[in-house]
Amino acid sequence: MELLNNLALGFATAATFDNLLYCLIGVILGTLIGVLPGIGPLATIAMLLPATYKMSDPTTALIMLAGIFYGAQYGGSTSAILVNLPGESSSVVTTLDGYQMARRGRAGPALAIAAIASFFAGTVATLLLAAFAPPLAEIAFKFGPAEYFALMVLGLIAAVVLAHGSVLKALAMVVFGLLIGMVGTDVNSGVARFSFDVPELSDGIEFVAVAMGMFGFAEIILNLEQREKREVFTNKVTNLFPQWADLKRAAPAILRGTTLGSLLGILPGGGAVLASFSAYAVEKKIAKDPSQFGKGEIRGVAAPEAANNAGAQTSFIPMLTLGIPTTPVMALMIAAMMIHNIQPGPQVMSSNPKLFWGLIVSMWIGNLFLVLLNLPLVGIWVRLLSVPYKVLYPAILLFCCIGAYSINNNVFDVFMTIPFAILGYVFKKLDCEPAPMLLGFVLGKLMEEYLRRAMTISRGDWSVFVTRPLSATLLAIAAVLLVIVFLPAISKKREEAFAGDD
Amino acid sequence: MRIRNHRDFWSGVLFIVTGTLFMVLSRQYQLGTAAKMGPGYYPTMLGGLMAGLGLLILLGSMAKGAAPLKIERIDFKANLLVLLAVAVYALTLPKLGFIVALFLLIGISSVASHEFSWKTTAISSVVLLVFSWLVFVKGLELQFPFLPTFLTR
Repeated sequence: MELLNNLALGFATAATFDNLLYCLIGVILGTLIGVLPGIGPLATIAMLLPATYKMSDPTTALIMLAGIFYGAQYGGSTSAILVNLPGESSSVVTTLDGYQMARRGRAGPALAIAAIASFFAGTVATLLLAAFAPPLAEIAFKFGPAEYFALMVLGLIAAVVLAHGSVLKALAMVVFGLLIGMVGTDVNSGVARFSFDVPELSDGIEFVAVAMGMFGFAEIILNLEQREKREVFTNKVTNLFPQWADLKRAAPAILRGTTLGSLLGILPGGGAVLASFSAYAVEKKIAKDPSQFGKGEIRGVAAPEAANNAGAQTSFIPMLTLGIPTTPVMALMIAAMMIHNIQPGPQVMSSNPKLFWGLIVSMWIGNLFLVLLNLPLVGIWVRLLSVPYKVLYPAILLFCCIGAYSINNNVFDVFMTIPFAILGYVFKKLDCEPAPMLLGFVLGKLMEEYLRRAMTISRGDWSVFVTRPLSATLLAIAAVLLVIVFLPAISKKREEAFAGDD
Repeated sequence: MRIRNHRDFWSGVLFIVTGTLFMVLSRQYQLGTAAKMGPGYYPTMLGGLMAGLGLLILLGSMAKGAAPLKIERIDFKANLLVLLAVAVYALTLPKLGFIVALFLLIGISSVASHEFSWKTTAISSVVLLVFSWLVFVKGLELQFPFLPTFLTR
């Protein structure tokens, strides 16, 4: 069977010493930054991206970066349960019941169920990725420029609709990102746009600088404003093996969480965060005794944990098959591929099968590492949480500066983080979501390329987007999404769903 | 007409200004036609879209149903210190080398914390220096000037 052959190739690639080693490094690093609040996979991957340039094998680089990403989902739950502090935004819901369980002396089972749920979800998601990637790539080959443009429009609109807060503002943020992406040389005409005669800008603004500034530095400034104060739950965590009753109770929640997470992860703007929130909401809605939620209900831990891991991994699907990033982290993965001269898109599967399948299988191996390592290492993670923020954030600043410099060995890129840090801070104050902007930034030039080509082929006929069936379908879905979100009934539900987030 | 939602109001202003700015800046580039798009076509379109969205947002902030929100207090000290630290790092790295730049970065940024102490800052600077040297220079083989240029001559 095709699938088995592919998986076998994947195992052969992923199980080399180098790849195993970097997978391990990635997941441990991921757990570490997942545990620590104030730094997340986005900033870390951005920091390490330039360093991966030195790696000879792009597969190894991607394996490590991917490990950081889904490893962070594991780490985030540890601090959520033990300290009531979500290390990652996808672990916010885990604090609700996880911390309560810890307060009742049930930290062990909470952590164990979180790990088991995450592992199950990770395994399922890996299989889904392996099974659905080839057919999706097949469809993608039928895509022409009009379809790609329509797909990106759909992707950006879906990201907006599923995002936090005002849809209009998120749309504006996307356009903002698209505009900033315009800086640089226009490939078609060779004209350097918006570069104000600064030579470093003729290639465009460095994505890593934008990501670090808006997500890393702005976050630090905001945290300093809030005067972080943490109380660490350093009681000895015993009894790591869950009871059979716990497993039985959690099992259906794990299944539901995995399903929901896998589906939501594929959608742009969705990913791990949306998955975990939705899973919690669903569990609470269908529970026989919803009053238990918020008091230490194990399903309130199992479902979101499964969902966020499933979501994190399935969010790789659009990136690997279509070359379209659905979240900022995926955009970084694409950047990593491009550094190694791999053009992301449906052809990756056939031109770099080792990379493709090796990466997929490595995700399962990584999940295995995580579930085996995390429980024994809980003690270390807890001790790390007591590192004071005042020591942590200068270190983060330093690593980001080192990373930004090493992109082009030019301090210009370090300077570039500053205006984006200010921008990120301002946006946060104005309730504007930065994530859609980053997506717009990444897709900016690509969208223009596809629009141009589509228009050239159709000789200036705008109706080509609705006369071609695939493109029309995609745009129709986007339109439907927009209409749905503006309907008063739905917009109220959206506000409710996100109200629990604040 | 009153401004109810200050955050939306100023977001709207920001978007209108940025959109218009891009539209104006795009005028120096050829527009072209739909069939043969020049470098100015797409940015002008986007700029116009952005300004339009900004206007909608701005109007929405003054509407009856708008949520009454003010902008939270801005902490200028934190902003200034962190960004100054980064700028100083970038300025000093080429001529004064990594060691000096690191100390300045950690030193200046640490002041922004309400739990600041000279001792902790000094210790963590040294630890980070050793760590960075091991991981970034030896481990990842990144290149950057370590010592001040007047010492290496």
